[in-house]
Amino acid sequence: MAAKVFTIDGQEISATEGQSVLEAAHEAGIRIPTLCHLEGVMDVGACRLCLVEIAGSNKLVPACTTQVADGMVVATTSERLQRYRRLLLELLFAERNHVCAVCVSNGHCELQSLAMHLGMDHVSFPYTFPKLEVDLTHRLFGMDHNRCVLCGRCVRVCWYVEGAATKNFSGRGASSRIISDLNQPWGESRTCTACGKCVHACPTGALFEKGTTVGEMQKDRGKLEYIVTAREKKQWIV
Amino acid sequence: MVLAELIAIKERELAARKPVVITCCLAAGCLSSAGQAVKEALDQAVKTASLDAEVEVRGVGCMRLCCEGPLVFIDPPGTLYQQVKPEDAASLVGTVRGGTTHVARGEPNHPFFARQMSIVLENSGFMDPERIEAYIARDGYLAVRNVLREMTPAEVVSEITRSGLRGRGGAGYPTGLKWSTVAKTSSAKKYVICNADEGDPGAFMDRSVLESDPHRVLEGMIIAAYAVGADQGYIYVRAEYPLAISRLQTAIRQAKQLGLLGSGVFESPFNFNLDIRIGAGAFVCGEETALMASVEGRRGQPRPRPPFPAESGLFGQPTLINNVETFACVPPILRRGAEWFAAIGTERSKGTKVFALAGKVKHTGLIEVPMGMTLREIVQDMGGGVPDGGQIKAVQTGGPSGGCIPAAHLDTPVDYESLGRLGSIMGSGGMIVMDQQDNMVDVARFFMEFCKDESCGKCVPCRAGTVQMHALLCRLLARQATARDLAKLEELCDLVRNTSLCGLGITAPNPVLSTLRFFRQEYLDLLAPEPWKPATPPAPLPGLG
Ligand SMILES: Cc1cc2nc3c(=O)[nH]c(=O)nc-3n(C[C@H](O)[C@H](O)[C@H](O)COP(=O)(O)O)c2cc1C
Ligand code: SF4
Ligand code: SF4
Ligand code: FES
Repeated sequence: MAAKVFTIDGQEISATEGQSVLEAAHEAGIRIPTLCHLEGVMDVGACRLCLVEIAGSNKLVPACTTQVADGMVVATTSERLQRYRRLLLELLFAERNHVCAVCVSNGHCELQSLAMHLGMDHVSFPYTFPKLEVDLTHRLFGMDHNRCVLCGRCVRVCWYVEGAATKNFSGRGASSRIISDLNQPWGESRTCTACGKCVHACPTGALFEKGTTVGEMQKDRGKLEYIVTAREKKQWIV
Repeated sequence: MVLAELIAIKERELAARKPVVITCCLAAGCLSSAGQAVKEALDQAVKTASLDAEVEVRGVGCMRLCCEGPLVFIDPPGTLYQQVKPEDAASLVGTVRGGTTHVARGEPNHPFFARQMSIVLENSGFMDPERIEAYIARDGYLAVRNVLREMTPAEVVSEITRSGLRGRGGAGYPTGLKWSTVAKTSSAKKYVICNADEGDPGAFMDRSVLESDPHRVLEGMIIAAYAVGADQGYIYVRAEYPLAISRLQTAIRQAKQLGLLGSGVFESPFNFNLDIRIGAGAFVCGEETALMASVEGRRGQPRPRPPFPAESGLFGQPTLINNVETFACVPPILRRGAEWFAAIGTERSKGTKVFALAGKVKHTGLIEVPMGMTLREIVQDMGGGVPDGGQIKAVQTGGPSGGCIPAAHLDTPVDYESLGRLGSIMGSGGMIVMDQQDNMVDVARFFMEFCKDESCGKCVPCRAGTVQMHALLCRLLARQATARDLAKLEELCDLVRNTSLCGLGITAPNPVLSTLRFFRQEYLDLLAPEPWKPATPPAPLPGLG
C-alpha cells in the first residue's frame, strides 16, 4: 500500500492509503473529538464532532469518513470548529434528559467528558424534556432512552460484530429510537444473544448492566477491540 | 422491433385519427375534480349522438391550467373548455355538429399558454399515456433506435455534454459530466436510477411527466443505460403517486412486449431491464444515497459522500442517478441535436424548466418555460398576478431547500446561478407566489417544520438543530422571542448548514436565511422587548464585596 504524506495542525505526518484522517491523526497522537466513531466498526459520520477543515475547501468534512490524500492540509482545532462542537454538544444535552448526577455512567461517559474537554459549560438552548421510556425487560441489561445520543454504535456492533441484528433504529428525526427486533421489549427479543457488546459500545449511560448504580457503569471497550482484531487477524483459527 | 416496424406503427396510428378529437385531461389535478366522470360522460355522449366514426374521446395527460380543471379540448376547431361537468358532455359533443354550449372557454392565446415552450411536456395533453402506439406516433423511441444503431456510447455522452443539460432534481449538476463519470468506470455491473421521489411540498412536475408521458422517461433511461453501460434500471417512485406507478407499469409492460426493453433492445446486443421501486413517502429518500439504501431494502438514510454514486452506488456498483425531468429531456436532445437544445436558455442554463406555479396567482398549474425568463414574466404575465389586484410580495422557489425572492427582484432571470445569488435555488420546480397577506416568518416556520419532521435523524445538527430552530420561530411568532433568540436562530442556521451530513440539513436553514436577508424587519417587528435591566447595576450588598 502506498504511503501518503499530509499535514495536520501544522505537523507533517504519514499515513497508509485508505486510512481515515481520524486514524492517521490518532496514530500521530493528535486527538480529534468523536462520538459516533467506535474502534472496530465502520464509521457513519453521524455525530459531526470530528469535522475538520481542509485547506482549499470551505466544506467541513468528518475526519472519520474522510480518507487521507497526499498533500492534504488539515486543521482540527480552529475557533470555528470548537464553537461548532460545543453547539453540537449543547444540542445533544438539550435533546434528551441527561441528568449526570443520577446516571449510571457518571464519570465514565463519553458525552460528559467531551463536554468537559471542549469547555461546554452551559446549554444555551431550552431543554426539550421529552418523556422517554426505560426498558428493563432484559434479564441482564437495561436501556434508558433518556441518555441515548443516537450514535448508532450499539446497532453497528450488534449487526457487524455479533451478527445478531437485534438493535436497530425506528422512526425519524427527533422521534428516532433505538429498538430491539421489531420494536419489542428487549427482554422478549428472540435474536438477542445477551452478549452485551452493545452495552460496552454505548458511549453514555443509555445501555447499562443491571445492578449498577450511579457512576458504577464502566464500559469495557478493550474487549470489543480484542474481538475485532482477533477476528481480522484470524487469531482464533488453529 | 426494427425501424420499419416503428414507422409502420406510427403510420397506422396517424391514419386511424378520427376527424375530431376531444381530449380530456386525466392527470392528477383534473382527476381530483371529477375528470374521469367527464371523460365517461363524453364517451357516452358521443355514442348517443352516433358520432363514433367521426369523434374520438381521448384521455390525455396534463393540459397545464390545473386551477380551471377538468379541462376538455376539442380539435378542430381548437377550443379549450374549463371546469367541465359531466352534465355538460352532451352540449360539448353537440358543438361538433355546430351546436352551442354554455361551458366556459379558455383562452389558448393567453400568455399562460402562449409563453410556454414545450420540450419535456411536448406530448402532455395530446396523447393517451397508456398507449405506446400514441407515443410512437409522436416520434417516440426513434431516438433510442438511432442511438443503438448509429452511435457509440461515447458519442451519446458527448451529445448530452454538448447540449448543456443540467440535473433537474435540484442541484443542477451537469448531466453529461455525470454520465461520463459512470461511463468511465470499468465495472461489469452498473445501474441507472430515475429519481421520482418528488417530496417537495406543492411540487408535482415529475408526477405530471410520469402520468402524462411515461414512455419518454423510459426512453431517456434506455439511452442513458446504453451510454454508461448499465443493464439494470430502477425507477424510484413515491407510493403517494399510484396513478404514476400504474402508468409506469403499463408503459414498461408495453415496451417489453415490443422489444424496447429487456434483452436485445431493438434487436441489438444491448440489454436493459427496468423495475419500479416504491418509496414510503419520506422526503429524505429523494436524496440519492438514502434512495439507494432504500432500493437495497435498508433504512433510507443518507451516507457521507464521497464515494459518489457514480463510483460506488447501488449495491456498491457505479450508478447513474438522474431526476425524472432530466431523463425526459434526453430523447428530444438526441432526436433534434445538442445544438438545438443548447440554443435555448441562457449561457449556463440550457433548455426549459417545468414549474408547478401555485400560491397567490390567478392561473395556477404546470408551466414549461425556457431558462432565463424572468420571474416577473412568469408570475405577472403568465400567472396573471395576484387575484383581486393584490400585490406580489415574494416568490418562493426550491421548496424547503430554497428561498423567498422579494418583489424587488422579480426581474431576475430564472437560471441556476441567478437564483443561487439571491439565496434561493432552482430546486425541482415548485414556485409559490406570496402576497402582502403572507407573513414571511410564518413561511420560514412552515418549511422548518417540514424539515424537522422529515429529518432522518442520523446526524445531530439536523435532527436536534431543526427542532430548536423551529421552536425559536414559533416563539418569534408568539411574540415571545428577544433579540438574543434571534441571534441564536442565526447561529443555528450557520451551524446546521455547515455541519449537516446531507443536503436536507445543509439547506434546511435556507428559508430562514433568505427571509432574514430580505424581510428582516418582519422578524424585528415580532421581537418581544428585552427583559427589564437597570440602567446602572445595583451597588454590591454590604458585607459581600
Ligand atoms: C433531502 C433531499 C431530497 C431530494 N429529493 C429529490 C427528489 O425528490 N427528486 C430528485 O430528482 N432529486 C432529489 N434530490 C436530489 C438528488 O439527491 C439527486 O441530486 C438528483 O436526483 C440527481 O439528479 P439530477 O442530476 O438529474 O438532478 C434530493 C436531495 C436532497 C438532499
Ligand atoms: S443506546 Fe448508546 S450506543 Fe446505542 S445509539 Fe444510543 S447512545 Fe448510541
Ligand atoms: S442532514 Fe438530516 S436528513 Fe441528512 S443525514 Fe443528517 S439528519 Fe439525516
Ligand atoms: S466521529 Fe466522525 S462524525 Fe461522529
